[in-house]
Amino acid sequence: MNDNTQVAARDSTQQQMENTAAILPPVDIFEDESGFTLTADLPGVGKDTLRVKVDGDNLLIEGEGSVAVPEAMELVYAEIRAPYYRRSFTLSRELDASKIEANLKDGVLKLRIPKAEEAKPRRIEVNIG
Amino acid sequence: MSRSLMFPGDLLAEFERLQEQLDQAFRSSHGPASIRAMARGSFPPINVGTTPETIEVVAFAPGIDPQALQLSIDKGLLILAGERKKEVPAGGDRVSVYARERFGGPFRRVVSLPEDADPGRVTAKYRDGFLRVSIAKRESSKPRHIEVH
Repeated sequence: MNDNTQVAARDSTQQQMENTAAILPPVDIFEDESGFTLTADLPGVGKDTLRVKVDGDNLLIEGEGSVAVPEAMELVYAEIRAPYYRRSFTLSRELDASKIEANLKDGVLKLRIPKAEEAKPRRIEVNIG
Repeated sequence: MSRSLMFPGDLLAEFERLQEQLDQAFRSSHGPASIRAMARGSFPPINVGTTPETIEVVAFAPGIDPQALQLSIDKGLLILAGERKKEVPAGGDRVSVYARERFGGPFRRVVSLPEDADPGRVTAKYRDGFLRVSIAKRESSKPRHIEVH
C-alpha cells in the first residue's frame, strides 16, 4: 500500500517535470569514424540535477539549473526565467547506446556515443578475378 | 507551399524574423528604453535581482575558465568580458558536423547598476557554469526602520 502511493507520487512528479516548459539547450554534434560527440550547454546543472536517459533509440537530456541566491531576492530583469533544460535526439541504429560516456564540467555536458564494432567503417578489399 | 516551409533552416530564420518583429513591437510600446537596454540572445544571458542588502547579477556562462573572465565595475557599469573558444572537433576532415549551435568567440556584456551599488564591495563566484556577482548596496540606501517616539 505504502509502496504503491510512493510509486504514484514519483510518477506524478515525473509527469510534472515533463510538462514544465523547458529551454532547448544549444548543442554541438560531431561524428567521426568511431562515434558521435555531443556537447550541450546546461549552465547551472550539477551532477545531481542532470538526467541522461536512453530509451530504445531515444536519447533524452534533461537538467535543472540551480543557483544559491538569497531568499529575499527580487528579480528585476531576467533573460532566463527558469533554467530548466530538455532536449531529445533519435539515435541511429549503428550506435551502441550501452557504451555512452557522459562528462559534466562547468555546466557543459559532453556525451560520447560510440558506434557498435560492426558498424565502424571497414576497408573493403576488391578482388580482381 | 511556400519555399521556406520546405527548408527547415529557412523556417527557423522565419521564426527568428517573427521574434524580432515581436520584440520590436513590444519595445516601442514600452516607451523610451534605456540607451543600454540589453539585447536578447546575447551571450551570456543575464538575470538581475535585488535584495535589501545587495544587487545580484547572474550570468549563464557555461564552459568558461573563471580565471579568464574579466569582471570590472566602472562608473556604475558592471562589465563582464571574456572569450569562449569555439569547439574544434579532433580528427580533421574525417569529421562531419551536424550541429554547431553553441556560442564561440569573444563576448562582452554591460549591466548598468543602480546608483546605490557600492563598487568597493563585490563578490563573484563561478559554479557549474553560473556566474553570480553580488554587489553590496551603500549603507545609506539600505531600508531602515525609524522609531517614532
